[in-house]
Amino acid sequence: MSIADERLAEAPMDPEEAARQRRQRRDRIGRWLVPLVVGALAIWGWDRIVVVNEIPHYILPRPGLVAKTLWIDWATLASSLIITLKVACAALLAAIIGGVGIAVLFTQSRWLEMALYPYAVILQVTPVISIAPLILIYMDTVPAIILCAWIVAFFPILSNTTLGLNSTDHNLRDLFTIYGATRWQRLRFLQLPSALPYFLGGLRIAGGLSLIGAVVAEFAAGTGGMGAGLAFRILEAGYRLNIPRMFAALFLIAGAGVAIYALTSFISHLLLRKWHESAIKREV
Amino acid sequence: MSGTETLDAATISARPPLMRLDQVGKTFGRDVVALRGMALDVRQGDFISLLGPSGCGKSTALRLIAGLIHPSAGRIRWDGPQELGVVFQEPTLMPWATVEDNVWLPMRLKHRSKASVKADIAEALELVGLTGFEGAYPRELSGGMKMRVSIARAMVTKPSLILMDEPFAALDEITRFKLNNDLLAMKEKIGCTVIFVTHSVFESVFLSDRIVIMAARPGRVIEELTVAEPYPRTEVFRTSAEYAAHCRSASEALKRAMGEPV
Repeated sequence: MSIADERLAEAPMDPEEAARQRRQRRDRIGRWLVPLVVGALAIWGWDRIVVVNEIPHYILPRPGLVAKTLWIDWATLASSLIITLKVACAALLAAIIGGVGIAVLFTQSRWLEMALYPYAVILQVTPVISIAPLILIYMDTVPAIILCAWIVAFFPILSNTTLGLNSTDHNLRDLFTIYGATRWQRLRFLQLPSALPYFLGGLRIAGGLSLIGAVVAEFAAGTGGMGAGLAFRILEAGYRLNIPRMFAALFLIAGAGVAIYALTSFISHLLLRKWHESAIKREV
Repeated sequence: MSGTETLDAATISARPPLMRLDQVGKTFGRDVVALRGMALDVRQGDFISLLGPSGCGKSTALRLIAGLIHPSAGRIRWDGPQELGVVFQEPTLMPWATVEDNVWLPMRLKHRSKASVKADIAEALELVGLTGFEGAYPRELSGGMKMRVSIARAMVTKPSLILMDEPFAALDEITRFKLNNDLLAMKEKIGCTVIFVTHSVFESVFLSDRIVIMAARPGRVIEELTVAEPYPRTEVFRTSAEYAAHCRSASEALKRAMGEPV
């Protein structure tokens, strides 16, 4: 290190820069700390309300009791959670295959897109809860629930991927034409990579929706079927006025939703971090 | 190198033919005449600039030559090998691919494996001065460097004709001058023919030996100028009296094309 460099290192930092760095440090910690504090305060407030108003635990349990129920009933609840997650994952996987597959077919044939896209929209805007009872009549419970979750989850993947496949740079399209690219080469080397960020955006939405679809379909299936997913547990606990267990199951569903979102976001980050603007952190 | 040779109009017109536009016209819709009756003999080794105001059909002419659109009148005939390289106004790189993979693209579309064309890619990158950037992604490069990758991609197949559509218009002047100098050196090295669309008089005079002046509404060719100054042209040429004289006559021709008093 030369003398000039040492002087530079010792020199006091520009006050504006120093303030910016302090702000960044504060933001980094605050991003985690502030939501945690808010959560803790809400739980504390909930506990106080129950205690002060002397609300019985079969109406509103104290948060401690919910945590205890989660612990005691863990074996039952966890096996239900796994059933719901399996259904949601199966639906999501089918949504990815179906959504991307249909989107690719649509870009290969405009006629097919014109013929079928309106019906995909109709399927999407019809509330799944109103279709579910019918599907449950015609199919066994588990495939019916998967189908319901699929109906909800596949549309964002289809519409996003279709948009992405059609959003290729027009100059690159010309370049592929000039170099005599085949249909397959155009799809493989131009359209699919262009569509990747759009697809991943759809995937993040579809991940959450597949869980919602699974839970809604389980509710529609009710306790009559062979269902033993989390929605079944909530219904069952509700009939028995086991309110703490209802809360415990609710927290598990929310946790599962967060986990799916985190996972799809992470996958998206891994796939895009090298080249896409959304995954690049600005220097300043 | 042919550097010290003199260059005159006779030498230019004696070059072997590459392709020819024969009274080519293009009409969009019913009555939007983008180009009318364009005749142009492109000879091997030419550096032709298409110079004119917006709407004069120079980009249409380029798209016709590239085969992206087809003439509504006249025809295009190839006498030499029809191998094209293209550089657009934007670098037009695939953001998900590395520099090396972007340059590989024309070969890849011809089903050539990367291993089999490794040497060609390396040579093209060396030509544009980007050796060592093989693994970089486009977002990591400056505007000028991205344009160099785009040029490397156009040159990697050693095409007979390179079409350039205002490639340096969006760059700052310092970068543009540097790329102009380098482009001439690259052209000398691979010995291709270039058709270069520009709306800069200075750029067209510095780069080309033939300037085709075009006018708008309808798009058409007004006249052709010859810049019979020997290559390689360097910074010295940019400050010479000959350069200034050519710029003046090109400007005057452009003014005539736009219907203004000279």
